[in-house]
Amino acid sequence: MTTSHTLATEDLTLGYGDRAVIEGLDLTLAAGRITVIVGANACGKSTLLRSMSRLLVPRTGRVVLDGKEVHRTPAKELARILGLLPQSPVTPEGITVLDLVGRGRHPHQRAFSRWTAQDDAAVAAALEATHTTELVDRAVDELSGGQRQRVWIAMALAQQTDLLLLDEPTTFLDISHQIEVLDLLTDLNRTRGTTIVMVLHDLNLAARYADRLVALAAGRLHAAGTPEEVMTEDTVRAVYGMDSRVIEDPVSGKPLVLPMGRHHATTGDTEATLVSESAGNR
Amino acid sequence: MNAPVVTAPPTLRAVTRTRVRRAYRRRLIVCALLVLVGAAFATTLMAGHTFSPASDVLRVIMGEQVPGASFTVGTLRLPRAVLALTAGFSFGMAGVAFQTMLRNPLTSPDIIGISAGASAAAAIAIVTFSLSETQVSALAIAAALGVALLVYVLAFRDGVAGTRLILIGIGIAALLDSGTSYVLSRAGEWDLQAAMRWLTGSLNGTTWEETAPTVLAVLALGPVLLFEGRNLSALSLGDDTASALGVRVERTRVTVIVAAVGLIAFATAAAGPIAFVAFLSGPIAARLTGTGGSLLVPAGLVGSLLVLVADFTGQYAFDTRYPVGVVTGVLGAPYLVYLIVRTNRAGGSL
Repeated sequence: MTTSHTLATEDLTLGYGDRAVIEGLDLTLAAGRITVIVGANACGKSTLLRSMSRLLVPRTGRVVLDGKEVHRTPAKELARILGLLPQSPVTPEGITVLDLVGRGRHPHQRAFSRWTAQDDAAVAAALEATHTTELVDRAVDELSGGQRQRVWIAMALAQQTDLLLLDEPTTFLDISHQIEVLDLLTDLNRTRGTTIVMVLHDLNLAARYADRLVALAAGRLHAAGTPEEVMTEDTVRAVYGMDSRVIEDPVSGKPLVLPMGRHHATTGDTEATLVSESAGNR
Repeated sequence: MNAPVVTAPPTLRAVTRTRVRRAYRRRLIVCALLVLVGAAFATTLMAGHTFSPASDVLRVIMGEQVPGASFTVGTLRLPRAVLALTAGFSFGMAGVAFQTMLRNPLTSPDIIGISAGASAAAAIAIVTFSLSETQVSALAIAAALGVALLVYVLAFRDGVAGTRLILIGIGIAALLDSGTSYVLSRAGEWDLQAAMRWLTGSLNGTTWEETAPTVLAVLALGPVLLFEGRNLSALSLGDDTASALGVRVERTRVTVIVAAVGLIAFATAAAGPIAFVAFLSGPIAARLTGTGGSLLVPAGLVGSLLVLVADFTGQYAFDTRYPVGVVTGVLGAPYLVYLIVRTNRAGGSL
């Protein structure tokens, strides 16, 4: 069902007030893939996502979707192609799951248009994909964190966009719920070809779930490519200012970052060092 | 875990069934509210110190001269009832528009100083300068918009935060109320009626000249708000989410503020800042109809009902006649306390 859309930034500079947060960024996001953006706190990850979905006007440069500048695209037209789940969306008091997910239909409706069978079908599909069908009558503010996050993703899915941007979709979730959410997004990507771009804090989950990794450092692109290419000890040092060992994740075969820290690291861990050296070519 | 691509019918059926059931329930409640408003309106026209049967009331409305009813119904009760209807509707609609847009029940225009601005301007225009109805309305609108702008600017720091806006609004409202009191106390023709009108809101001695502008305001500005209804619902999910859903946030906000402030100003210029109606109507409507659709019309109807019933109660239920604002104030104040206590218990700020 997906036609592939290409989202790219061209010489993009973003900022709030006097402070430039992103500077001169050229980035093309692979259509039909999962791209994960990583970087230290305040390196401009969320700012980049906000700008890509038209929330923040660039200082210079542009964000381009299929050759068209997003900031010149009509809001609703863009919202039918590109969805965004912000980091902390507001849950109106007492809203039910069905009503919240239904709000995702907004870009497909006009001011006084009636609710259509198509709207119902989109909501139903979103509930099924996120396994939240049983929750339709529940109030969102009574749900657990994991359930609530799935409901918000369902809201974004009901929007039926081919591109989905998510700002830290796993924050505040315990590990099993984090995996559940990331598995769900992978399902969407694999079964529908939805292009997914998300910000994640956990490097190991980022390396495992990303087709493409983008590492930002101080508002600039530090590295982009496959997890194996990007997730190296050099990158971790450059982006986070931290020493680490990177080994192969025995579960997924992807890179696994082990921070050194000042305590607990036993020197002469030759096996880890060896693997990291073989994987450490950026 | 494999997500099915094709929707299995049971989910779709559940979704459709739930939505249709809720839409039906919502329509039922809106109809019930309409019936109640109609009943309260009719009662206000018929009952009072003298009783006029429905047939007499209808004949007066049709323009006939009915001995014993033309004056009481046509001159006294009808403009008063129409003003109760339109002012209540204006307060209810504008209140819930603000509450939805700023995502906090305390951000209603009567709490954050907008009604107080309109009221102070109207009091000065009428009591001090004896201006005409049109001039009073114009001044009230200008003052209300000015206050809205002032509160917005003072509360603005990297976007508008609810708590700061509420506290600044309450401060400005207090300032404006004391200004109103000052004007009233200095005026030569100072009387209790005028004071009550501009301090708590009153429908006593309502004339058609006062009522007509509020009717026009509801007819002109009501549809503007209704047109933004879906955008408002999206805004309640936060500015970022609304924007991602294709809402032009700033444009919606400006439209809603201008339309809602206009409604408040016209209604306040005629009836005074009837206490807490804007504040109460939205939450009551939300409790009744649920969160599915726009609350604008239900809240407007709840506002009309509140004002009609409170005015009738104030006039006839006690030995002394109380203005409508005193009655709604008695209803609203406990709810305000309840809201603040509850937010504090939940560990939140305002």
